[in-house]
Amino acid sequence: MPSTAARVVLVTGVSRFLGARVANTLQADPGIERVIGVDTVPPTTPLGRTEFVRVDIRTPGIAKVISSAGVDTVVHLSLVTGQAGPRARAKELNVIGTMQLLAACQRSPDTRRLVVRSSAAVYGSSPRDPAVFTEEDQAVEAPAHGYAKDTAEVERYVRGLTRRRSDLTVSVLRFANFLGPGVDSPVTRYLTMPVVPTVLGFDPRLQFVHPDDGVEVLRRMTLEDHPGCFNVAGDGVLLLSQALRRAGRPHLPVPAPSISAFGGLGRRFTGSPAFSPELLRWLMYGRVLDTSRLAAELSWTPKYGSEEAFAEFVSGLGGRGAPPHRPAAGGGRD
Amino acid sequence: MTAHHQRPFDEPDGARVIPLRPDEPAPVPDSTFASADGPSGPSERNPVERALASGLSFLRRRVTGEYEVDEFGFDPDLNSSVLLPIARALYERWFRVELTGLENVPAKGGALLVANHSGTVPLDGIMLSVATHDHLDRPLRLLGADLVYQVPVLAHLARKAGHTLACPADAARLLAKDELVGVFPEGFKGIGKPYTERYKLQRFGRGGFVETALRADVPIIPCAIVGAEEIYPKIADLKPLARLLGLPYFPVTPTFPLLGAAGLVPLPSKWLIRFGEPMTFPEHGPEAADDPMTVFNLTDHVREVVQQMLYETLLRRGHPFL
Repeated sequence: MPSTAARVVLVTGVSRFLGARVANTLQADPGIERVIGVDTVPPTTPLGRTEFVRVDIRTPGIAKVISSAGVDTVVHLSLVTGQAGPRARAKELNVIGTMQLLAACQRSPDTRRLVVRSSAAVYGSSPRDPAVFTEEDQAVEAPAHGYAKDTAEVERYVRGLTRRRSDLTVSVLRFANFLGPGVDSPVTRYLTMPVVPTVLGFDPRLQFVHPDDGVEVLRRMTLEDHPGCFNVAGDGVLLLSQALRRAGRPHLPVPAPSISAFGGLGRRFTGSPAFSPELLRWLMYGRVLDTSRLAAELSWTPKYGSEEAFAEFVSGLGGRGAPPHRPAAGGGRD
Repeated sequence: MTAHHQRPFDEPDGARVIPLRPDEPAPVPDSTFASADGPSGPSERNPVERALASGLSFLRRRVTGEYEVDEFGFDPDLNSSVLLPIARALYERWFRVELTGLENVPAKGGALLVANHSGTVPLDGIMLSVATHDHLDRPLRLLGADLVYQVPVLAHLARKAGHTLACPADAARLLAKDELVGVFPEGFKGIGKPYTERYKLQRFGRGGFVETALRADVPIIPCAIVGAEEIYPKIADLKPLARLLGLPYFPVTPTFPLLGAAGLVPLPSKWLIRFGEPMTFPEHGPEAADDPMTVFNLTDHVREVVQQMLYETLLRRGHPFL
């Protein structure tokens, strides 16, 4: 099927940070006739000419939206990373929601392109991993918990759809952790704890992606045909110890078995998250992605490296009730 | 081959790469500083002040996080300012390492250093890193067992020193970046062998290192390390204890665990490290990596070369501790 421009775009998870930003970017493109945003809760920010439809993607209602509007491009951004609410609900949203959405895509004759926000969490984190993950690498220890497991299942369903609808252009984007102004995730909540606990004896290599870059990648994927699976991360690597020093954050090495208790205390007294097993593993072994496939496919490199994304995040911390900190030491770097 | 046989102390070039270290200004003679800025004229300040200043600037960089690490977590600043100086004391004073065949290691471009592994505790890798850093001005990127990356502290120190997990992907990635990669194909079989089997090479893994070198089209530099066998002579192995601790072996040496912590001090053996001539395989292209028979043959060939070098170097050394 010849590649044609996206005319009617459906964005899931539009009431959340990434979805709203992507919808805003897409609706500014005059080539797109309609941008339809769906979510279970109303958006908190104005969406411009994006049409908001309140529908739960876990229900067949999503299929009606897709077929009645003649949606040709689906941008699936509604994976829940956070620990807001009970775990079973997040899993419902992630896995069952994706299944319904993909079923609707498979049925609709108008659908031609699917862009899925996935996560580097599918690679897991273990001491037996290669230093840098390429898209072909499999998790040495398959993620068995939470969000990472959801992501792996979502990707499996997407592969199933790709097999059954070979005419679809399917792009799967495995994002590193988003970090920048306005981002709220388990990682940002961890980094803003009054005293940041680190795992004693471990210093993971971390990578971040700035939301501006993430939105740009999603925009390109929505407007152009780039089938396949792509890692998305800012260039370069930060060690956790290095990042915390640059941010001037107080940190405390804690033995691995007690760090969960520490996280629990944080939740009780400061509203910080308890540490999920996958966050804990990430804080021990870290994760680095090879992004050369994306760079080659788009002829583009992220504007913000991991260091810059982190510096942006730190400078955006300002008045979040965080303890006083120095301006990002790495802020002026290139 | 044996002409290039020199004590590290006597090598003037060695001073070039020794940074001004904060933690041990005293043992560094003035000549180090003189040769360090010799061509550009002497410094206004005296050596102690300079060492202090560089020490302070190092501390400032550490506290503010103003340093770079590569994607493997290699932290050259920490490595050359803290980790290597500690190892260098052992290298120079305790093991009195002598190098031969330095000219066989290419000054730039990817190369795979293949060495024998011994000594119960992998000090041979650390000494080899000091050798390539100080005398070749090249960081050595070792491929280590996954056990290393499970142990707290050791895991991130190994990464900060530039080493990574022994897997084909990491090796290929490092070689593609023109790094000098070191590998001990014997693995635990080599380092954990009993003292009675010293200097007898064990099986060279499954030949993964040959596949990697063929695919990356880089030379293999055979390397013989003599001296590491005597540092912790392993006379017995407490297997049940090893299983309990999740270790490949639990060594008993003449001093450990008999003398407790004092038994952890390595014996001061005399070390010789010899680099052999680069081995290239122009008759085999990268596709030969997929031919197991070729890989087996080349693996055996490399192993025989290293074994031969080991015997020759061992004869040259003479007494193990003098």
